[in-house]
Amino acid sequence: MTASLTNTAFGGGQSSPGAGDDQGSRVVLSARGLRRDFGGFIAVNNVDLDVHHAKVHALIGPNGAGKTTVFNLLTKFLQPSSGTITLLDHDITKTDPAKVARMGLVRSFQISAVFPHLTVLDNVRVALQRPGGLSTQFWLPMRALDRLNERAMELIEAVGLQDARNNLAADLSYGRKRVLEIATTLALDPKVLLLDEPMAGMGHEDVHIVSDIIREVAKDRAILMVEHNLKVVADLCDKVTVLQRGEILTSGDYRTVSQDERVRVAYMGTEHE
Amino acid sequence: MTDATISAAAKGRFLTLEMALILIGIALLILAPFHFYPVFLMKVLCFALFACAFNLLLGYTGILSFGHAAFFGGAAYFTAHAVKEWGLSPELGILVGVAGATVLGLIIGFFAIRRQGIYSTMITLALAQMFSFFCLQASFTHGEDGIQGVPRGHLFGFIDLNQPLNMYFFVLAVFLIGIFIIWRIINSPFGMILKSVRENENRAISLGYSVARYKLAAFVMSAALTGLAGGLKAIVFQFATLTDVSWQMSGEVVLMTLLGGIGTLVGPIFGAALVAALENYLATSEFPVTVITGIIFMVCVLVFRRGIVGELYASRFGKKLESTPEN
Repeated sequence: MTASLTNTAFGGGQSSPGAGDDQGSRVVLSARGLRRDFGGFIAVNNVDLDVHHAKVHALIGPNGAGKTTVFNLLTKFLQPSSGTITLLDHDITKTDPAKVARMGLVRSFQISAVFPHLTVLDNVRVALQRPGGLSTQFWLPMRALDRLNERAMELIEAVGLQDARNNLAADLSYGRKRVLEIATTLALDPKVLLLDEPMAGMGHEDVHIVSDIIREVAKDRAILMVEHNLKVVADLCDKVTVLQRGEILTSGDYRTVSQDERVRVAYMGTEHE
Repeated sequence: MTDATISAAAKGRFLTLEMALILIGIALLILAPFHFYPVFLMKVLCFALFACAFNLLLGYTGILSFGHAAFFGGAAYFTAHAVKEWGLSPELGILVGVAGATVLGLIIGFFAIRRQGIYSTMITLALAQMFSFFCLQASFTHGEDGIQGVPRGHLFGFIDLNQPLNMYFFVLAVFLIGIFIIWRIINSPFGMILKSVRENENRAISLGYSVARYKLAAFVMSAALTGLAGGLKAIVFQFATLTDVSWQMSGEVVLMTLLGGIGTLVGPIFGAALVAALENYLATSEFPVTVITGIIFMVCVLVFRRGIVGELYASRFGKKLESTPEN
């Protein structure tokens, strides 16, 4: 599995190897004083967040802590009530979500987001169409998309779905849908990846597969993920931010955070050790 | 890669089968006026094109418009006026109708795509009703009388459309061109994005597509092609009336599309033929037309939800043709 997860398959490798350490500390996505009200209810309040290149950053917290709202704010599916968001040195506080995606910040959804009545191949090709400049031509035959096949198959093989390439996405198992979703997301060669519970509802084997993919992908990208599986967080994430009632409780590496008394009380408690 | 070649071969076989079916269909349409009343056939073709244009939006983009009568009836008015008052030739008159429907499509679509689902549908209905009221009041439409006695004229200046067969083959040609355009749009890179919007709009946004633009483009294309059908109808029947802009007309096209099969290219053609045939034959019988079509509609929705053609595709015969370019 991991053998096929080469950097080229995921379209990475643009940064020079020597610049690795420097790049590693670079902030690619940051939020300052992020706040969102729903009527009188403050779902997210005063959230500061820095996501670094080539690091996996976890956003954890109890249900209803506002994790998905933070995702929606960062990707501009929701407009923040106040605060600023910066992506790769551009202020995106007022940018629309499709533009944000084009700038390199791509998200996944909590519920698997595939195009159910398209084949696996078409799912990935749809993502490749826009960067390939093939999305508005209503006069061209479908054959025009065949030149995307090679790249699409690379991505599909990298996540191990080649045997299912002509199946409808709706017919895949849950785990494979999520894997397809990741392949589709990677087709855009994003700079920052926001994964909303990528392991939710997965069996053990699938969790391993997805962990491997994420680790591989993170070599050349920033990843922010919401995840409930703390074992995965411990294994995978360089930095953890804990959210509680819409506010940041604490932030740091997994060891520090997991030993924080407030975090144990608020969230982990007896759950982990 | 043997898999790929096998599926390519299967696809090739299917294409030839599909080709054969299409040629048979066209042959039947060419022979039809010698056995059936041409005016009835022309009515079917106009409504079939209308329904296919409507289905471009409902079946392939996932937007339910309840205001397509505005484009259909509007184009009929524009064409009728252009031909009768300005003395334009029929082909130019129809182009005027298409242009008018396109502008209407831009206006109504601009507002409709701002919301989703039922809200979007209600916006199309409201704006179409406003247009319908405009048609009732405006002087060029002649209110309740409509525009009567539109001359059929000479196509390109030398083909006399007053000859029923000439008229029929002109309608058939326009119909086939219209269907070809729709087929091309559906099976294009752009059509693929439309399908992805239909399947999962948020996901399409998160892949960087400005979904609103694609929806508006599809809306305008659908309106323009609906205008083609409406303008054609005005030439065929030589009048344009309030019936064509009324909300019942919007409902009728929904009915035709559902009966035939949403999201299939040929489904709406069968749906339109069925509804038109029923109206035609029941008109002279004692049965009330609307009750009968209503019952058929209910039975269809309850028993074969995918529509006539949709069920066919889902059947064993259709399963063999899995890789149809329509899906």
